[in-house]
Amino acid sequence: MTDPLARPPKKNPQKVQTVPVLPPAFRSRAAMGLTAAAAEGRFKLQHCAECGAVQYPPRDACVSCLGLELLWKDTDPVGELIADTVVHTSPNLYFRRQAPWRCGTVRLNAGPSIFCHVHGDCLKGSDVRLLSRLDRAGQGVLIAIPKETTPNMADDPELRELGADPKHRRVLITDGRQPGAPALAKALLDAGAMTVFVGEGETWRPYPERSALEKMDGVHLMPLDLTDTSSVVELAGEIGGKVDILINNARFMRPGGVLARGDTAFARDEMEVNYLGLMRLAQAFGPGMKARGADGINNAAAWVNILSINAIANDPAYGSFNASQAAALSLAQSLRAELRPGGVKVMTVFCGPTDDDWYQDVPPPKLLPGAVARSVVQGLRDGVEDVWCGDVAKDYAERWRQDPRVLERELAGDMG
Amino acid sequence: MSRRQSYDGVVVTAPFSTPYQRYSTQTAHYWLARALKGTLDAAGLRKDGIDGLSVASFTLFPDSPVGLSQHLGVTLRWLDSIPMGGASGVVALRRAARAVQAGDAEIVACLAGDTNHIDSFRKLLSSFSRFAMDAAYPYGYGGPNSMFALLTDRYMQEYGATREDFGRIAVAQRDNALRNPNALMKKPLSLEDYLEARPISDPIALFDCVMPCAGAEAFLVMSEEEAVKRGLPFARVAGTIERHNAFPDDPIQLRGGWAVDVEDLWSMAGMKPADMDLVQTYDDYPVISMMQFEDLGFCGKGEAPAFLRDRDLTVTGDLPHNTSGGQLSAGQAGAAGGFLGMVEALRQVTRNAGPTQVADAKHALVSGFGMINYDRGLCSGAAILTGESA
Repeated sequence: MTDPLARPPKKNPQKVQTVPVLPPAFRSRAAMGLTAAAAEGRFKLQHCAECGAVQYPPRDACVSCLGLELLWKDTDPVGELIADTVVHTSPNLYFRRQAPWRCGTVRLNAGPSIFCHVHGDCLKGSDVRLLSRLDRAGQGVLIAIPKETTPNMADDPELRELGADPKHRRVLITDGRQPGAPALAKALLDAGAMTVFVGEGETWRPYPERSALEKMDGVHLMPLDLTDTSSVVELAGEIGGKVDILINNARFMRPGGVLARGDTAFARDEMEVNYLGLMRLAQAFGPGMKARGADGINNAAAWVNILSINAIANDPAYGSFNASQAAALSLAQSLRAELRPGGVKVMTVFCGPTDDDWYQDVPPPKLLPGAVARSVVQGLRDGVEDVWCGDVAKDYAERWRQDPRVLERELAGDMG
Repeated sequence: MSRRQSYDGVVVTAPFSTPYQRYSTQTAHYWLARALKGTLDAAGLRKDGIDGLSVASFTLFPDSPVGLSQHLGVTLRWLDSIPMGGASGVVALRRAARAVQAGDAEIVACLAGDTNHIDSFRKLLSSFSRFAMDAAYPYGYGGPNSMFALLTDRYMQEYGATREDFGRIAVAQRDNALRNPNALMKKPLSLEDYLEARPISDPIALFDCVMPCAGAEAFLVMSEEEAVKRGLPFARVAGTIERHNAFPDDPIQLRGGWAVDVEDLWSMAGMKPADMDLVQTYDDYPVISMMQFEDLGFCGKGEAPAFLRDRDLTVTGDLPHNTSGGQLSAGQAGAAGGFLGMVEALRQVTRNAGPTQVADAKHALVSGFGMINYDRGLCSGAAILTGESA
């Protein structure tokens, strides 16, 4: 049984900060398939298109028939833990620090034997389930967990290291004025977050979400205006050292594509909040988070951007806004690479149309705030990079994978 | 049955081992040069006396044995590179013997050696193989220790072997090493010391692991006629086998490639395990030595713990094993670890082993095992050496 994770003590400012070090990050190109699957939390292995053999480690040819077409496919994750070991010493700095570290060999029902991380509750000789996860280096790895849920399962040190569980961590939600902010704050507190800072711009202007936020134990409202560099810098100066998870939910949107608007005024506002706002946040909070990636139980763990699914393919009904979402998505990719040395993950939550005034013209299904909040928490626990929130986002993602050009035409369908 | 041709007319001679050093500021080139000089001196040859060279080394980078030929100033008509770690001794011997037999070379110097800088082991690990990089290092980065921990764990579950069983192998080898002035380990080891040692990767503890070091080993392969002409004590090659990536579908390694070819080995030599006066197994971990006793026919699968319990593995015992201390107690000088048993066996059957000499040693079995590409050793090989007076 896993011991419940103790609430971390206050940080001793006189102690040397633990410098982030990473597990081995180099992979072959074939092995990146595992990383791509882990980024979505899916357990996939290479399957031969010709003979169907399932193989591991990743290869460039089928070990069974020498077929060259190898497909990464969802695979039965169940197998038997046939041997295990606890590594006490390693020449690698990361595992030296993490030791003792349990690993083992799982013989998958699907065929291959797999050397993997092993959750402390797994019993040798028993069935286990493999999960694909991203490790601190941002690379895909496999961990065996018990087939059935065990008490405090998520608190296992290896599993926790592969995710960004909100438990005992401190979170900043950047925009309290978003209709989904209270549900998000509540979900994080329910998930065990120690503190939820919520940013609010133009504090003199009342908004309905405020009273709900104020009532929550553990929520601290902080002045934050993403269009104002000094406001962002000021808040980072105040709480930057204790933001372990930053969730940027800020959004400025107006309907319309290029021709529906006579000028660039709204487009400028969209970029100011959705793109430059993210950049201001990243410049103010990013360096501190990167440096605090190994800071104990409440280390800096994740950066989350909540974006429209139309960041990956534009719907011209909101064409200009969607362009700002695409810009933010691209910037997030850069931020992901830049935060990687600190072991901090960057996650995008892709949302379909939300059930609010700005999407009033759009037919259902639409996303309720609770759904977004649940997706964020689950995504953090799983440590994924992409979360497809709601049926619309999942559907777009699937169609986008099949053919981005076809999706573009489909999204433009009613434009004549 | 086997259609293998004999190695008649070819012999092995001029064994040479450098002393081992825990850390060295020198390069692999230095150690290999030292070993070449040593084996040539033992045969009374100059370097233009050889026309074939076989090299096993992990730390020659950026050079290959081609670069080494210019570095050492040897002109060759036959050149081989053996990237097979612990199997390199057996494999080098087989290939060189066939080259000499076929007349492609007259005298082949077989060398293996590596340096060991402070950071060498870590660097070697980090670039060892693609599967290791993709599927082993990211998981605890225990290196080969973790992989052998897993198969030791499985072996113990499957066959009921105990830590004491493994410990007896290590303790006997330490005894042998104390006779070998070149061995790195100089202190006696008791079973208690073994059992109480610091854990490395459970169930593997400190004395299950070899000590990486710098050093080199060498021998010469030539025609029997040539050896006789030069008055060199030599050994004949009674039989050899080699196998790579055997039993790929075994979910975890409990046997090696020897098990595929063992009948060929003994029938080629016209001998049986009981005829061996000494055995040199590849002992990167004691469990692997057990596997070799089983797969090479000394006992059945899973019976090595019981088989070895009743035997004395020291130089003066009834089954002398790894007489120079093996890698566990002499040290593992990189690829030279794959030559250690071969060179020692050659000394033994030519009665040149000095303080580790086994009385009346005529027949020796040498076994090799190498290259943990991912979760198991892929290369295996074995050779039977017979002393000239046999």
